[in-house]
Amino acid sequence: MPEYIEYKIEPPSTAKILHWKELWLYRELFYFFTWRDIKVKYKQTLLGFLWAILQPLFMMIIFTFFFGRALNIPSQNLPYPLYVFSGLLLWNMFSAGLTNASNSMVNNAAIIKKIYFPRLIIPVSSILVALFDFLMGFGIYTGLLVYYAQPVAWSAAFIWPLALILTVVATMGLGSWLSALNIKYRDFRYVIPFLVQVLFFLTPVIYPVSMLKYPFLQYILVCSPMYAAIELFRYPLTDAMPDIYFMTASLTSGVVFLFIGIFYFKQTENFFADYA
Amino acid sequence: MKPILEVRNIGKKFRLQHQSRGYLSLRERLVSAIRFERNETEDFWALTDVSFDVQQGESIGIIGRNGAGKSTLLKILSKITPPTTGKIISRGRTASLLEVGTGFHPELTGRENIFFNGSLLGMKRKEIKNKFDEIVDFSGVEKFLDTPLKHYSSGMQLRLAFAVAAFLEPEILIIDEVLAVGDAEFQKKCLGKMEDVSKSGRTILFVSHNMAAVQSLCTKSILLKNGKLQFINFSTEVIQEYFNQIEGNLKNHSGILEFNQNNSTKPIKKIEILCDGKNSNTAHMGCQLEIRVHFKTTTYLDAPVLGVIFKDGQGIPMIGVNNKHYAGNIAEHPISEGCISMSIPYLTLFEGVYHTDIHFGNGYSDYEILQDCFEFTVEPLKFASGEIPDKRFNRLFIKEIEWTLDSK
Repeated sequence: MPEYIEYKIEPPSTAKILHWKELWLYRELFYFFTWRDIKVKYKQTLLGFLWAILQPLFMMIIFTFFFGRALNIPSQNLPYPLYVFSGLLLWNMFSAGLTNASNSMVNNAAIIKKIYFPRLIIPVSSILVALFDFLMGFGIYTGLLVYYAQPVAWSAAFIWPLALILTVVATMGLGSWLSALNIKYRDFRYVIPFLVQVLFFLTPVIYPVSMLKYPFLQYILVCSPMYAAIELFRYPLTDAMPDIYFMTASLTSGVVFLFIGIFYFKQTENFFADYA
Repeated sequence: MKPILEVRNIGKKFRLQHQSRGYLSLRERLVSAIRFERNETEDFWALTDVSFDVQQGESIGIIGRNGAGKSTLLKILSKITPPTTGKIISRGRTASLLEVGTGFHPELTGRENIFFNGSLLGMKRKEIKNKFDEIVDFSGVEKFLDTPLKHYSSGMQLRLAFAVAAFLEPEILIIDEVLAVGDAEFQKKCLGKMEDVSKSGRTILFVSHNMAAVQSLCTKSILLKNGKLQFINFSTEVIQEYFNQIEGNLKNHSGILEFNQNNSTKPIKKIEILCDGKNSNTAHMGCQLEIRVHFKTTTYLDAPVLGVIFKDGQGIPMIGVNNKHYAGNIAEHPISEGCISMSIPYLTLFEGVYHTDIHFGNGYSDYEILQDCFEFTVEPLKFASGEIPDKRFNRLFIKEIEWTLDSK
């Protein structure tokens, strides 16, 4: 039996919260958008899904060569390749998710103009695509752990998922915000790659924060919402407790961005079809 | 029983920017904020105060000229864009089909596109799986199911797209002009399918310029004009009113119509209708009919083409001809100003009122299309017996028939 639905279409009111019920009703679309993007991404490629593994692997090799060997950057007593890969794994998820999400609304403009569904599905799905790549990369990561005979604390079982959730939160916040801004001001198309590049160097992906001599710089760095995620992700390996203040700063910025992002998105979503 | 759709005082305002720069850019915003400059904007109401009710199982046609607000109304009903004023209460699962094949991706295979498109249109995965075979059957592309869509012909894409949409089962179906595409056979198939849908008790809202389709599908219709609801009644009457309005000012022409004298982008300047050599807006069955189109273009035309379509009172095309088909290129040298005319030795239309579309172009694209640009009446002709064939049995007129009688 079709569900009995009665709904109203009215001019948008300002105070509007997330429609969980509606999102649940459209839950299959999350799957279909993600599924489509993953399929399309690897269509007509010879290596297919292997690219999801090869990309971080190549990056790891390059960083190991330049930063680990040539510059001798400290790596919290981990083999440098492991140090870089653990950072890159989450970072790639963040940067790919952010880039995909930011462009997702513009890329799907044709659909937005013709069919209604909760718009939030689009940026969320593009982040789920990045999550898929993360899971592929994670397979390689476990391989590397075995290869380097790296001891891993048992706490990893809940710390790793927690780090992953923090990454998703960080990506969601900035991603939904930028995707909404991008549909109104196409300038953001050019800002995003630059932003991602800057954040890369502001996040301890390839070097530890402790390397920095000036505390002031450290404070700026830990405001990156990805700082907490990456530090947590490495914790079961290094057993070095991250600085509690740094962690709080990073977590706060992640949550603040999430609220700003979703709030701005919901504020503007009604008019996407008019701007797209 | 409560109506399935209540539309109350719907209005939609757009803000027109008089800067003609297309996309908003951040720089403009910042600069104008610093300078305390206000962008010149003008409010434009695409819809004002539209109210109507739709009962369960009714099919409603929405008609009106271009820019009357039809598509905006559909977009509001399908929740794509919010209204500025008013409200709509809907009491059923709504699916809208504002375009066939929304979300089709060229890299995905036919099978994958069926699933993605179906899900976008609001079908559950299980539903799509259950109907998959029927959809494929209806589309007739089973051989190419696992081929990427980019290798499909446009006709195949269209059939596949419509097949998915045809198996939607919402309580309210909103359809925009989707029948404007595809060949005649395909259009007929779509119409048939839509009739099935409406017969199964579902509610349809249908926008079209195809009056014949509206007539056959919808019992009631709404006429929109300049964003206002003008008339709501049985389709036959609304369609009649629509035609009356279009021709209100052209009805009393004397066989000479003048247009756009100072508009260089519109080449047609004057149209003349001649019956047996005299300017007139009435013809009689079997007369010699001539249509002259005076034009002036900004560039030289190698091969000017005139197309003329005669449609009957319900908007059904009766005769559509152009000189490209009949005579090929009739220009001896490139031309930018002149008069192109067609002359029919004897008019085969039966008595009645006819609407005319005029197309003018270079054989590849139309420079100007004048839809329903004039109306003319064909008067009955008396035969030698003093009687005329019955209107009920005739739509075309045959001037000479040889009748013989042989006795055994």
